[in-house]
Amino acid sequence: MIKYIIKRLALSVLILFCVSVIMFVLIQLMPMDYVTQQIAAIETKGEAVSEETVQALMSEYGYGTDGTLGGMFRGYFTWLRATLRLDFGTSFKFQQPVADVIAKNMWVSFAVAAIATVFEFMIAIPLGITAATHQYSFRDYFVTVLVMIGISLPSFFFGQILKNMLAMQLGWFPSSGLGSATMDYTGIWLILDYVSYLVIPVLTVVVLSIGGRMRMTRTNMLEVLGSDYIRTARAKGLSETKVIYKHAFRNTLIPLVTSLAGLLPSLFSGAIITEQVFGLPGIGNMAYQATLVADIPFIMGYNLFLAVLSIVGVLLADIMYAVVDPRVKLG
Amino acid sequence: MKEKKKSSYLSGKEIRAIAKQNKKVMMALEAKKHRRAKEEEFVCEMKNADNILEIDDLHTYFFTDQGVVKAVNGVSFDIPKNKTVGIVGESGCGKSVTSMSVMRLLQGPTGQIYSGSIRFAAEDKTYDIAEMPISEIYRIRGKEIAMIFQEPMTSLNPIFTIGDQLDEVTYIHRPEATAEEAQARSIEMLKLVGIAAPERVYNSYPHELSGGMRQRVMISMALVCNPRLIIADEPTTALDVTIQAQILDLLRDLKDKINGSIMLITHDLGVIAEMADYVVVMYAGKVIEKGTVQEIFKNPLHPYTIGLQKSKPTMQSDSDVLFNIPGNVPNPVNMPTHCFFKERCDRCCDKCGGDYPDMIQVSPTHFVSCHLYDKEEEVNG
Repeated sequence: MIKYIIKRLALSVLILFCVSVIMFVLIQLMPMDYVTQQIAAIETKGEAVSEETVQALMSEYGYGTDGTLGGMFRGYFTWLRATLRLDFGTSFKFQQPVADVIAKNMWVSFAVAAIATVFEFMIAIPLGITAATHQYSFRDYFVTVLVMIGISLPSFFFGQILKNMLAMQLGWFPSSGLGSATMDYTGIWLILDYVSYLVIPVLTVVVLSIGGRMRMTRTNMLEVLGSDYIRTARAKGLSETKVIYKHAFRNTLIPLVTSLAGLLPSLFSGAIITEQVFGLPGIGNMAYQATLVADIPFIMGYNLFLAVLSIVGVLLADIMYAVVDPRVKLG
Repeated sequence: MKEKKKSSYLSGKEIRAIAKQNKKVMMALEAKKHRRAKEEEFVCEMKNADNILEIDDLHTYFFTDQGVVKAVNGVSFDIPKNKTVGIVGESGCGKSVTSMSVMRLLQGPTGQIYSGSIRFAAEDKTYDIAEMPISEIYRIRGKEIAMIFQEPMTSLNPIFTIGDQLDEVTYIHRPEATAEEAQARSIEMLKLVGIAAPERVYNSYPHELSGGMRQRVMISMALVCNPRLIIADEPTTALDVTIQAQILDLLRDLKDKINGSIMLITHDLGVIAEMADYVVVMYAGKVIEKGTVQEIFKNPLHPYTIGLQKSKPTMQSDSDVLFNIPGNVPNPVNMPTHCFFKERCDRCCDKCGGDYPDMIQVSPTHFVSCHLYDKEEEVNG
């Protein structure tokens, strides 16, 4: 087991290297870069851009690239050398170290995603089980149609509708941002104030994600309920409740638990569009702004962070498999 | 041509009409299954006190969108105490559905017992299983009647140990049992079915055991509560021949040890000849011949039974080609009103186009359902 984990971690170094190469090339291929944007910004003010200014901007923000392949290599290795020393550079956009920006804004996204995931599992799993145990009944169709509507709604559209209804018209919750600047709350009221800002974003994410999880639970449950060992369990004389919640549910849980471990990156990555709609200062929002201006250090740092989380998530999922399913042996 | 098209392809309208009709019947039967019933409604008397199980004109239907499949269509037979009754027939003739009906394990709402009775003599009372609401079935399921399935590889829950799954049976039927008692009972049962290292197997997961071992575990699971009737649904089909012989020996020994009856379902005539006291031959959801094992093997009467025995490979025959009964089982939807075997029968006569033949008694224990033997009945009665 431990040998297996070490082997996987060694392999992940190679994966991270490949990811960073692909990411860097992709950024270089963007039609706009930060230096050009800065120059354009100066020119729109009507000032002339001297050759020295261009050179100064290039040396600070260009990462040594001059549009040639050789320049791209040099730029990549400049970045790589710094990164290996755990120095992720300074964000162009935010003018702060990348690691600080990520660390500061990550937790808002994490709060939204974590609360939403808890609700998602708490709602989707029971729904999936009732849909499966009452297959093709009214209940099954009703639940399925409802969650399908949820899947089909685009987040910017549904988020906007909820905002309009619950915030603008009913005025129950604040419409955007995080924390009331004008009020001076302390203790429990401060927390409640934050919570009130998170209700609509969380609701949006939950409604949109329940569908997939519910369908997954239903399919797994149906597959398990049709299997021979469930018939054996019934033939033993077990009550239907015991059959479903002991024998079937434990088997249904296997893919659900492992998918939970796979959710790790999405907990921290932030919801770019939802955070945009509700003006939350989360990491998704930051990534959106950074991408608009081709902020190389931030995009690289952010994506590398996600890649590490993905690798850990997949490894965790594999380990969870071995924990919940006795048939799986890692090695 | 037009006629044929109609029978195999249904239009959406026809399917909806069938589904609507089915739903009504299914709902009524589901409601009956889940009703609250007083004990008098499902307690009855056995016709013959020597029997442990009497199946009387049992109809089990599957309500599909293509039409009603009469998987079991008027089956009657008895299982006497301490005897083995073998049920033979080709795939799809309703053997397994009969056993599922006895255990009430049919997948609802499509699979339903439509009519008939299944009388079972439990320790203190006699129950009509077909009339029991599903909530009362736990009085006998797993405790008085136990079942062994044909797929030992998939019939054990992969994520619980053998011990957990065996102990569970004790806990269900004797809630007051302690963990030590349950474990002792489980290990005793594993020993009984000839497992060499019961303690090790007790702590194993199913995937760590071979097919033969798993089938032994399944049998031991069936034995935990000393059932009065064991239903073995093709217990040896998935096993190789040496293991098959061991499992059959085991079942035979156990029947005497636990003093119970066995309902043995198989399509293997060799197994029946070796194990059974009585034989029931089924074809397309009906019993076509039943009698003692000597009667069926020495003096088979129904052309289908004769054909079945001829199609068994033997060492004596010098023919290169194995005999087979021509044709296929008829489509289970829209069964004909005449004898179901008519199209495949080599001794078909004019009468066969008429009504379905009645059960004719040719000896005190031997019954056959074929027009060829009608005359004797006319003389007798």
